[in-house]
Amino acid sequence: MTLHLAIALDGDSFAAGDWTTPVRQADEARLDFVTFQDSFGGRRPDAVQVAALVAPLTRHVGLVPVATTTHTEPFHLSTALATLDHVSRGRAGWQVRVSADPAEADLLGRRAPLGFDDLFAEAADVIEVVRRLWDSWEDDAIIKDVATGRFIDREKLHYIDFAGAYFSVKGPSIVPRPPQGQPVVAALAHDERVWSRLDVDVYFVTPADADQAAKIVRRLPGKKVFADLVVGGRAPADAAVFTGTTARLADLIAAWSGSGIAGFRLRPGEDYGVAAITSELVPELRRRGLFTPSPHQRLRERLGLPQAVNRYQEVARA
Amino acid sequence: MPKQIILAAHFPGVNNTTVWSDPRAGSQIDFDSFEYLARTAERGKFDFFFLAEGLRLREQRGLIHDLDVVGRPDTITVLAALAAVTTHLGLAGTLNATYHEPYELARQLATLDHLSGGRAAWNVVTSPGAFFGENFRRGGFLDHADRYVRAGEFIETARRLWDSDGGEFTVRNSQFDIRGRFGVPRSPQGHPVVLQAGDSDGGRELAARHADAIFSRHHQIDDARQFYRDVKDRLGRYGRSEDSLKIIPGVSYVLGDSDADAQERAHHIRRQQVSPQTAILLLEQLWNTDLSGYDPEGPLPETDPVLDESDTIIKGRAGMYPDRLRTANEWRARAEAKNLSIRDLIIEVTGRQNFIGTASRVAEQLDEYVQTGACDGFILVSHLTPAGLDDFVDQVVPLLQERGVFRTGYSATTLRGNLGLV
Repeated sequence: MTLHLAIALDGDSFAAGDWTTPVRQADEARLDFVTFQDSFGGRRPDAVQVAALVAPLTRHVGLVPVATTTHTEPFHLSTALATLDHVSRGRAGWQVRVSADPAEADLLGRRAPLGFDDLFAEAADVIEVVRRLWDSWEDDAIIKDVATGRFIDREKLHYIDFAGAYFSVKGPSIVPRPPQGQPVVAALAHDERVWSRLDVDVYFVTPADADQAAKIVRRLPGKKVFADLVVGGRAPADAAVFTGTTARLADLIAAWSGSGIAGFRLRPGEDYGVAAITSELVPELRRRGLFTPSPHQRLRERLGLPQAVNRYQEVARA
Repeated sequence: MPKQIILAAHFPGVNNTTVWSDPRAGSQIDFDSFEYLARTAERGKFDFFFLAEGLRLREQRGLIHDLDVVGRPDTITVLAALAAVTTHLGLAGTLNATYHEPYELARQLATLDHLSGGRAAWNVVTSPGAFFGENFRRGGFLDHADRYVRAGEFIETARRLWDSDGGEFTVRNSQFDIRGRFGVPRSPQGHPVVLQAGDSDGGRELAARHADAIFSRHHQIDDARQFYRDVKDRLGRYGRSEDSLKIIPGVSYVLGDSDADAQERAHHIRRQQVSPQTAILLLEQLWNTDLSGYDPEGPLPETDPVLDESDTIIKGRAGMYPDRLRTANEWRARAEAKNLSIRDLIIEVTGRQNFIGTASRVAEQLDEYVQTGACDGFILVSHLTPAGLDDFVDQVVPLLQERGVFRTGYSATTLRGNLGLV
């Protein structure tokens, strides 16, 4: 079977070229997407901006920045990601992150850190608000009707009227509906308590072997499950590590491919960087029929996700 | 050497200045539009590109306002994308001090400054009203009297973070209590350029103390000179030189083959900007009440405006009329004297273009403003997205260059350098 391939980018460089170069390589290799790591307090550039920077310089690759739900404004998150979808012409995604770290709470200074249940309950609310705001403009809301002087049909804009335990948001969005309707939402799901709590399309999981990967896939029916793999490096705390020659790496990937996972998110290691992945490993996987570049430009279509139906359009029709 | 003019390109906004009914009008949201205007500005050797911020869609009579362009992108995300397709152009965005937090905003601006190689600028505004707050965690609102307190402390806090060179900081003041490691090393400009747009005494004082530039709304030459003098005279008490704060009004212009041709074009654009429906809406903004029963081609209302400022008919736009009754009486007198309909009157009294004439007349007037102490440059607001500045760049910029008052090439790599700020 053919797999989806993504690369996880992480780095402390603030030089534009250190980001545009690897993302262009991923784009030319026709990988499905790249993720951009982020956190508060770390030495890293803002991931949404890095994704926006590379958008005009690439054409195919999906751009999935990490953005944190804790302490931040759901309205800004939604509009920033919708804008990323506009500037990339439908290639935006979002890797949801929560912040349990008291040091991050001190940076924002808005409130004390949250416990596990609150963190994920709030993240679920943020995802809900972000998604509602993306739908708050119907696709054909802009009418430019000179006869009546109206630029929009206001009946096709919707207040989201979200009121939850942590915040409330009125809406509608300031940004017209993004090209994908709903950009792809992903989450790193080490902990299975997270799985059922978040309304996401893509799960990044960290199985130790192919059997464990298969077990996770069976428990997440209908979801796109990506296994995180470190290639050519030392073992970090969480993900499996593949080392060896390109052929050996391709063998390992082939051995996992029957587990039912949608694909791999490769974390470049010390000995096997983005250039090696895109110029050596990807051609090898293509030769073996394990990876076939998608002809689609929009990330949802690339990943085989269904077309996003606008929840408010449905209500209006009903 | 004569004083050099600062020029900026304002992406057309969500008010009736922007004409969407013209067949040449492009998308307000596709990235192509932003890229086109930014490339045009850079071709014209402009100092910076300017993008406003949306926090909530405007409402009038309690309904989402549907007559003007509606919908815009997140400010900083578009600026980051523009950094990839431009090389010298400054990238300025409005970011509201009420609905952002210093750590996150300082980090975003410092990131933009790094990714763009020193071209980031921040227009600081504050919003006291509860209307925007309904989209944000803080909900509620800021007390009107506290808005400049928050803005001032916000700027001071951001500067502390930028000065930390990515290291540890502690800030405790009346608005913020934050500490930790900033994480972003010193950016090429050190501090992104700070613009300020407030016009009240508090706003002017804030600018004199904290800002690098003022996005002003004074464009009549005498009024502009007065404002310029007032603000520059405040700098001494903060130990600042006159050159350290640039005054840049937002202005519009219309070019023509002759002055008469330009006047005719200007009138045509004004009619596009003020549709019959828009005329009623704009009248309502002064009258502060529902006038939807009035005929735009008929006379002005005989009833007086509603003076209750606690519940204005338009939400999401700064107040424009300090004395409603006086302005209404002036408008009625003018309409009666010249026999003007509501629409004709609105066309005359709102938003007339500031500079109208041949390219050489406009160049001459712009130069006069700058050489005679009315301003240091201009933020050009065009009525067409995205090609509205093409004629200015093609026709007026070369004349300014001939006069020796505008650059023929970028001399610095950072915005701060190009603006002549230290």
